[in-house]
Amino acid sequence: MMPRWLVPLVLLAIAAALPFGVSTYYVQFIGKAFIMGMLAMALNLAVGHGGMVSICHAAFFGLAGYVLALMSPGYDPASLVLTLPVAAAASGFVALVIGALALRTRGAYFIMVTLAFGEMMFFLFHDTDIAGGSDGTYVNAKPEIAIAGHRLLDLASPLAFYYVVLALLIATIVLLTVLLRSPFGHALAAARDNERRARSLGFPVYRIRLTAFAISGAIAGVAGYFATAQFGFVAPEMLGWHLSATVLVMVLIGGLRSVTGPLVGALVLIGLEEVLKASTDYWKLAEGLIVILIVLSMPNGVRQLWPLIFGATGDAATRPARVPAEANHV
Amino acid sequence: MNVLLEVSGLDAFYGASRILHGVDIAVARGEQVALIGRNGMGKTTLLRALMGLVPDCRGEVSFAGRDIRRAAPETIARAGLALVPEGRGIFASLSVTENLTMAARPGSDGRRTWTLARIFELFPRLHQRRNNGGHQLSGGEQQMLTIGRALMTNPDLILIDEATEGLAPLVARDIWTTLGVIRGEGIATIVVDKDFRSLAKIVDRVVLLAKGAVMFDGAPGDLTSRPELLERHLGV
Repeated sequence: MMPRWLVPLVLLAIAAALPFGVSTYYVQFIGKAFIMGMLAMALNLAVGHGGMVSICHAAFFGLAGYVLALMSPGYDPASLVLTLPVAAAASGFVALVIGALALRTRGAYFIMVTLAFGEMMFFLFHDTDIAGGSDGTYVNAKPEIAIAGHRLLDLASPLAFYYVVLALLIATIVLLTVLLRSPFGHALAAARDNERRARSLGFPVYRIRLTAFAISGAIAGVAGYFATAQFGFVAPEMLGWHLSATVLVMVLIGGLRSVTGPLVGALVLIGLEEVLKASTDYWKLAEGLIVILIVLSMPNGVRQLWPLIFGATGDAATRPARVPAEANHV
Repeated sequence: MNVLLEVSGLDAFYGASRILHGVDIAVARGEQVALIGRNGMGKTTLLRALMGLVPDCRGEVSFAGRDIRRAAPETIARAGLALVPEGRGIFASLSVTENLTMAARPGSDGRRTWTLARIFELFPRLHQRRNNGGHQLSGGEQQMLTIGRALMTNPDLILIDEATEGLAPLVARDIWTTLGVIRGEGIATIVVDKDFRSLAKIVDRVVLLAKGAVMFDGAPGDLTSRPELLERHLGV
């Protein structure tokens, strides 16, 4: 049994050493899983911590990819320093607008409204000629950081790409942890536990939720930017509800009440798909059954296994994680 | 008298049913008022209407000279009103300390009388349980936490619904003592409770609600000397 604080350091060391132990395919594979983990953690800021079950986070994810594609100059690499902030800001802004309208509704209606806005974004890129319409478009050269013609960082190198994604993954974890431990995070949790009670304490619940939703959208955008950069391709499917739902499954597998749970959920789901695809043609069926088993046996997510694996007395893992429900009493 | 809260002709509705019928009530700064009446007579509705939680209200409600009848609950809270809801409104996923610190806010005049340290001094039990999750507290601890959280907003007026309902006698006594402390701080209170005898010993004034209207408004002693009112409207 190792002390609790050592666990993240050991995991980080393993992640950092990984590219030297496995083939490039798996470096890219893990990178992809990290990107999905980032998206799942972003979604969980809204779903688990904010009680806002959103089915449009793929739209924020895909939009940032499109921003990169549209800003990439033909066959030359785009500047990472320029395009990443623009892409994240675009996703954050669209999340702000969609959130401003959707957050006027509650419960099942919120789910439906986000679904509708997500599909509008999908059809915006699917049914128009923007960036190749339904065919999608290529990002021919991967973004780089260059000063006066000297390449400091080139995402075309799988190793560099992996470490950049790993760094951003850690940055996301740190950002979300700090945010959720701040007064803002407590107010967000309070509004999720009981909206009327939080309002009677003087919290502007609408503004707090909207801020969290926009931040969540912007982080989803960062993930989408790197997903596009990794495979050099963007298509409307990146914005569709199918991906939104898959990410929601990752969140549920990982657990709603922690920052890193959804990352674990993403790794489990993507790892599971990889193993099942190699072993059976009916991998979707097997995947579905396993997901049902996980959700039924571990309602608080696979993080419930943490105390068993690491022998730590978890706090977040043992707190009750109820599905966000609208409480009507004060 | 320096009027803090003034309500006149307040009607409140839940859908088609009218719960309050032209309620008039005034509370001075620092005054402690008991709100009594049988179940279903509109006590909770009145508190909720004051807090802006009953959307369908008519009449006039002014607080510290401001019209707050149409204001949002968060605006009313920031103006200096705090509600301790019935059934203890703690945030179950936050710890005791988090429940308290999240509410911390200077009062309407910028004072910061109530701090985490003072709440822990007032309720030593909460200090012992400071790292526990809200869902691990007993009923009495939850009530202390809710009152402590309301005090952390440095309010001018606290509304306490069913202050001691379901609490063991010893814990209830602590709550009554706390009400004395609150009064000593010059914070006005409207407190709802079924224990008229205990209330009568501490409050300045009693308001009796029946069928959504004020039946009696005066000193506790005056009500004690009218046993027919107590018999009819409280069953004591």
